[in-house]
Amino acid sequence: MASPGITLRARGLGKVYRTGDVEVHALRGLDLELASGELVVLLGPSGSGKSTLLNILGGLDTPTSGEAWFLDHELSRLDDAGLTRYRRDHVGFVFQFYNLIPSLTALENVSLVTEIARDPMPPREALELVGLGGRLDHFPAQLSGGEQQRVAIARAIAKRPDLLLCDEPTGALDSQTGVLVLEAVERIHEELGTTTVLITHNAVIADMADRVLVMGDGAIHDERRNAARRRARELTW
Amino acid sequence: MVTGALHRKLYRDLWRLRGQVLAIALVMASGVGVLVMALTTVESLEETAVAYYERNRFADVFAQVERAPEHLAARLRQIPGVQAVETRVVRTAVLDVEGFEEPVIGQLVSLPEGEALRLNRLTLRQGRLPRAAAPDEVVLLEPFAKAHGLDPGDRLRAVVNGRWRELTVVGIALSPEFVYAIGPGSLMPDNRRYGIVWLGHEALQAAYDLDGAFNHASLSLLRGTDPAAVVDRVDRLLEGYGGTGAYARADQLSNWFLMSEIDQQRTLSTILPTIFLAVAAFLTHMVLGRLIAVERSEIGLLKAFGYRNRDIALHYVRFALGIGLVGVLLGWFLGYWLGLYNTRVYAEFYHFPFLLFRPGPQAFLAAGAISLGAALLGALGAVREAAALPPAEAMRPPAPPMFRRGTLGRSGIANRLDQPTRILLRQVIRWPGRSFITTAGIAMAVAVLVVAMQWLDAIEHMIDVYFLQAQQQDVSVGLAEARSGEIERDLARLPGVIATEPMRSVPAKLRHGWREEREALQGLPARQQLYRVYDAEGRALELPPDGLVISTMLAKLLDVRVGDAITVEVLEGRRPVFDVPVVATFETYIGSPAYIDIHALNRLMHEGSSVTGVHLRVDALERAALFRELKSLPRVSSVTVKQAAVQTFRDTMAETITIFVSFFIVFACALAFGVTYNAARIALSERGRELATLRVLGFTRAEISYILLGEVALLAFLALPLGCLAGYALSTLIVGAFETELYRVPLVVRASTYGWAMLIGGLATAVSAFLVRRRVDRLDLIAVLKTRE
Ligand SMILES: Nc1ncnc2c1ncn2[C@@H]1O[C@H](COP(=O)(O)OP(=O)(O)OP(=O)(O)O)[C@@H](O)[C@H]1O
Ligand SMILES: [Mg+2]
Repeated sequence: MASPGITLRARGLGKVYRTGDVEVHALRGLDLELASGELVVLLGPSGSGKSTLLNILGGLDTPTSGEAWFLDHELSRLDDAGLTRYRRDHVGFVFQFYNLIPSLTALENVSLVTEIARDPMPPREALELVGLGGRLDHFPAQLSGGEQQRVAIARAIAKRPDLLLCDEPTGALDSQTGVLVLEAVERIHEELGTTTVLITHNAVIADMADRVLVMGDGAIHDERRNAARRRARELTW
Repeated sequence: MVTGALHRKLYRDLWRLRGQVLAIALVMASGVGVLVMALTTVESLEETAVAYYERNRFADVFAQVERAPEHLAARLRQIPGVQAVETRVVRTAVLDVEGFEEPVIGQLVSLPEGEALRLNRLTLRQGRLPRAAAPDEVVLLEPFAKAHGLDPGDRLRAVVNGRWRELTVVGIALSPEFVYAIGPGSLMPDNRRYGIVWLGHEALQAAYDLDGAFNHASLSLLRGTDPAAVVDRVDRLLEGYGGTGAYARADQLSNWFLMSEIDQQRTLSTILPTIFLAVAAFLTHMVLGRLIAVERSEIGLLKAFGYRNRDIALHYVRFALGIGLVGVLLGWFLGYWLGLYNTRVYAEFYHFPFLLFRPGPQAFLAAGAISLGAALLGALGAVREAAALPPAEAMRPPAPPMFRRGTLGRSGIANRLDQPTRILLRQVIRWPGRSFITTAGIAMAVAVLVVAMQWLDAIEHMIDVYFLQAQQQDVSVGLAEARSGEIERDLARLPGVIATEPMRSVPAKLRHGWREEREALQGLPARQQLYRVYDAEGRALELPPDGLVISTMLAKLLDVRVGDAITVEVLEGRRPVFDVPVVATFETYIGSPAYIDIHALNRLMHEGSSVTGVHLRVDALERAALFRELKSLPRVSSVTVKQAAVQTFRDTMAETITIFVSFFIVFACALAFGVTYNAARIALSERGRELATLRVLGFTRAEISYILLGEVALLAFLALPLGCLAGYALSTLIVGAFETELYRVPLVVRASTYGWAMLIGGLATAVSAFLVRRRVDRLDLIAVLKTRE
């Protein structure tokens, strides 16, 4: 199923959450292709299924129907161990709530991932990439929210992932700090050529993407290509 | 202002945390269970004994004499405070029960003919009492009869004053005097080799040439009379008739055993429940502390709505009480059941004709109050913290916990640790209090295991030292009264006898200052070959040519040191009184014996060579022939076979102790389980988000389990050896508390006991870790990431 230049491909993805008698259709037959090295921003109202999609693409969750392929691995067929392997080797995650390990320093939080990765960059270098070369030995409690988020990005990219998935990485930050974080994402995307998906509620951020997907009701409603990407530094909101 | 909603929250919290609640409740229930068991056992044994004693008019004072004329009974009755007097003939004789090779020792006790027993009444279980003028009709003590399958109508033979008598069983009975029927020189009741036989008074008087005389008196006292005063008066009255010293009910052998058993139960009710309840209190503290930390913002919200601090405090107090209530209820059931079981075991062992197990509410209320108190105590700190949270503060999310580099710096070994190990270690260092509770809890479990199993070690050690090393004889022959040493040569000629060794036992009062003890002086050869004086370290002692070698227990009772002199007042024959120096003391587990060189003793008694017993080494092949001969020797009053004594000791111990040991193993496992489960669950609740993040980052289940359970494993690893140390200390404490004048349980812990304790403790820990591990495996990755904690 691998097509040249396509990193991720989804066909008829469906996801149904069942709680008792209530069924929630989070995804309804969604189709998607991500080209290698592409930066895609995912927009859409709350509850439209963005996080659900990202979780499936990142191997955190499995679809109820349809199939998802990473290169020539069919994600929807992998068992738990397979998914763990996939996340470990190919995916970097960044979340809205940074999810750092409080008992580890910034450097150690990054080492956490590099120690189990196949071809990582030195943790120090990853932190320098996000502009935190001077805060290596600080614990999360000693860092601001934006700094913590940048550590989370360093942690996500230190393994040189094929896929960088960010779910509202600036959601908890003010615009200035948010820009710093986006700059980090942008820089990694450019320097490593990582295929990147970024979920946001902020339409302004969509300007930094190659392609913008708008989700609604479990499917992709709208898609547009930016003729030219704007630099993260130029964004304000 | 506690609303239905708060109540619902309480029930939901209890239900949501049911695993942890149950784990604490189990620990608490173990404590409550042991407490209720011990208290109800004490209560019902005491109640049963009191009722039995009362119904059967068990005497208050007893006196043994050589021969006293019947008219002395009237004088005894006149002693102030005496209510009734019963005079009897009591003798020891060798019995021959058909189909039983070994000689049986019988205690022959007379029954008044034609009139009812005034004191020490029998409870007839089968048949009837002997008829007047039917000298060969006897009543047997039930356990003895049962052990030999003897029923009314059956026959047995006895050597009564040197003559064989054919006896017919007419009745089977129980007596408050022989609740614990123990033969001469034995440590445990052996119903096959020792029995009580009641015969008509006149028949026994005639048989022992005691016409118009008695050799044993029982007295009952008026309520409120001091037995010690009566004992004194009786002693003075009987002095001229060969009295060996009157004694009160408290010193009556059967009663003494029963009471010390009850005392041991009391001891049990203090030490072990304390451990369990203390641990339960700590666990409550841990769980509640965690719950309140999680619910900070809810607490703030409630306060913002107008709930008072008191309402909040009460809410969490109720939570603690909820845990306590589950524990207490479980413990009550457990305790009732164990108490009933335990009392039944004792009742069977003691052969009470009836059993009063109707525990009053006191034991349950006391146990309940103490446990709820422990739960409240555990809740105190956490509840106070909740009440003190200012509403605004409470609604801010807690800052991530502060970690410092501290000891785990970037140099040396620390550098070689991988990140999961660092997380694990920092966690331990960050919460030293909690780590301590976990370690201490598991250590206590191991300690309880060591205590439980050290009993078995101690018993094996006692058997080894007391029976196997010290006693080299196979058979001990006791004589009805002191005889010339020639009898040793007569016995040496019997079939199968390889070696002999004399012994002379003299009943005496030993005095030092104002202290006084009744203890037989045991005369033995200076260098014993068969019946050896061994100290607790297993060294054989040589008896010096003059002077006493006494047990440290006796030295303590008399408050004497080596070099002091003891006044010995002999209670037989011409009743000489002499002073003897103490030349050495030795440690022994059983009794409080005093040894002296047999020649020195003979000299002090102004008698030629004289013996009251002979120890024999016997050729096993000729045992049967030897026993046949021994049964018919006129002057022999008892024959004790060592091997049987060891067997009885083992069996009796096995019956009672093994049950206890298994109880405690179960309890200890509950303890280890409860502690570990809570520690791991709390860690999981605190760090679920962290662990889920790690899973997202590509760590496997095994790897994150390592972080969570590695912490528990590390603490358990520390706890196991600590538990062994604590177990040793606790054993010292318990062994001290259980010490009686009769025997001291030695403090012996075999290496294998430590091994087993660690293995069992480790397994219980592992099982609960495994249960938590299953939860780790089911961690919902996405849910944890969606929300800030
Ligand atoms: N575990 C779950 N159980 C039941 N329903 C769920 C679950 N997770 C998500 N949903 C439902 O699936 C739908 C899609 O959720 P999803 O989290 O993907 O939305 P989203 O687009 O990321 O929204 P937001 O912008 O608010 O983060 C929603 O209706 C949500 O209620
Ligand atoms: Mg979302």
